[in-house]
Amino acid sequence: MKRKLEISELIFKILSYTLLTIFAVACLYPFIYTISAAISGRHAVDYNELILLPKDIQFEAFLRMFNDNMFCNSYTNTLFLTFYGTIWALGISIFGAYALSKKRLLFRKGFNFFLVFTMWFSAGIVPQYLNYLATKRVFHAVGIMDDKWLVVIAMGMAAMNIILLRNSFEGVPSEIEEAAIVDGATEMQVLWRVYIPMSKSIIATVALFFGISRWNGYFWARQMISNQNEHPLQVFIRLKLEEFTDPEAMAGWNEAYASDSVIYALIVCSIVPILVIYPFIQKYFAKGVNAGGVK
Amino acid sequence: MQLSANDYLIFDEESGVYVENPEQVVRDDVEKHHWLNVWRAVVKDWRLYLMLVPMILVFLLWRYMPMYELLGCFKVTDPVKPVADQYYAGFSYFKQLLVGGTQLSMEFWRAFRNTFLLSFYGLCFGFPMPIIIALFFNEIRSNVLRSVYQVITYLPKFMSTVVMTSLVMMLVKQGSLTSGMGILSQFLEWLGLVSHDVANGGLLNNPSFFRSIYQISGIWEGAGYDSIVFFAAIIAIAPTSYEAAQIDGAGKLAQMRYVVLPCILSTIVIMLITRIGSLLNVGYEKVLLLYNPNTYVTADVVSTFAQRYGMGANPVPGLASAAEMMNNVIGMLLVIGANTISRKASNVSLY
Repeated sequence: MKRKLEISELIFKILSYTLLTIFAVACLYPFIYTISAAISGRHAVDYNELILLPKDIQFEAFLRMFNDNMFCNSYTNTLFLTFYGTIWALGISIFGAYALSKKRLLFRKGFNFFLVFTMWFSAGIVPQYLNYLATKRVFHAVGIMDDKWLVVIAMGMAAMNIILLRNSFEGVPSEIEEAAIVDGATEMQVLWRVYIPMSKSIIATVALFFGISRWNGYFWARQMISNQNEHPLQVFIRLKLEEFTDPEAMAGWNEAYASDSVIYALIVCSIVPILVIYPFIQKYFAKGVNAGGVK
Repeated sequence: MQLSANDYLIFDEESGVYVENPEQVVRDDVEKHHWLNVWRAVVKDWRLYLMLVPMILVFLLWRYMPMYELLGCFKVTDPVKPVADQYYAGFSYFKQLLVGGTQLSMEFWRAFRNTFLLSFYGLCFGFPMPIIIALFFNEIRSNVLRSVYQVITYLPKFMSTVVMTSLVMMLVKQGSLTSGMGILSQFLEWLGLVSHDVANGGLLNNPSFFRSIYQISGIWEGAGYDSIVFFAAIIAIAPTSYEAAQIDGAGKLAQMRYVVLPCILSTIVIMLITRIGSLLNVGYEKVLLLYNPNTYVTADVVSTFAQRYGMGANPVPGLASAAEMMNNVIGMLLVIGANTISRKASNVSLY
């Protein structure tokens, strides 16, 4: 009996290690290949001579990117959208979630339904597109000509994030709030001094969710931002990819590096900042996922 | 509110008897005027309600207004006029999409079928993967090694859709006179899974590979990261449960069946509801970035169909809205249905 038990466990253990290793290699390999291909020579990239490590190392593909004004522009635009977009969405969410977490709020159920319904039913992209166009006209009429503000203000709110915050605020013990009110704290002070410090980690998580979705935003930014100089990084990458994978446009390519290397270099440039902050944000991500599963 | 007798009667010192309290009579009247009551509560607590205003405005303007625009599917659309001024077209757009062997309705049904199939395959292949990976993570006893595996497998999740699709496109790109095919195509050819001609033509130009590429890239991107929540449920199981099962002579499979599965079932159910809820809500961005006219046969989903007809060269927003309306209403019924069934069956519900 004892022996049979060990064998089935052993088999499962070996299976786990093997398959996990294969999966991990599959996850890691494309990144390494991308970096290698970005710094390899033209012949090696064009004819698939590199498997893992770079060959005939060159850095001109990267230099080409860094010398491209549009690239630097798009990077700044993405930072702009991420920074202001996160602050805007987070601010609105914190205020809304705080109000919703109060039992004394009238029509609380109605307001909650108002939020949750948007998770069940979304209008779809074409009505949204028409809506954003109308918003754009209003913004232009008011004098906000910069389409970046349209993306910041009109897009990226998520009911799920507000519900995460609300649940966290509901968990704050009411005794602490009452004590603060007895000491003469106003509503704002209660929020600022009691609720926010006590839900720091969930706020960080939600800020991260907003930040990542802003950093990654592509479709609406491409549809709504008409000025090329205002395109964020993701749109820039896609436009470059479309340009560089067109065989006719690339027929006259006669640089010392492959045209593909430029795309790989771009991919590296867009992943590196995330990789740098990744170790610091990873635990907040795990927290958010676990909090999101329970209501 | 509980009222004591003292609220209604006050002692009149002049006459020496209790008389009716006029203020309380007024208060009772107000109590009946519901809205006045509401107003008083709001005025008293105005700071709290003010905090709610920006959120409601944002959702009204950019979540609920599009739903109003969606009603354009019942009207003949004239882009110059607002929705309210356009004349009634009834169900003509729906008819155009649903019936008749026209090119349009065939394309719509194809898109609808593709939407369902992409999600359904995702449910079959994509959904169990994170659970399996979480079980595997649980087998690794060394914390350091497990962390290494976790960090590596979460990585792809942090790429944007654009970067992920760019990478996929580069790895399976077509070969040409001046350059070879993508490294992944080459590997698949070496394994003997695809013929040279097919691989050289670019796998993303071939409709029979679109679904596989879509699913596999989805698993590659999300399986590691999605395992977090299942892994958290698994490590919460008390070690004594395993020991008890072992003493009863349970092998590894029996332990999985009788110890692990019941403990993580509620997590699985919640995740499944979310998944079924978004069954018709295929990530249009990913499809839009990966597909091309060669692969419309298997790749075109309702959102991208609507996008082409509603935002393309000669837009017919009413038609596109009608397509999305059907898709989204069925999607919503699926969420509510899945939620109700699971609440009845297992007391686990999401909303």
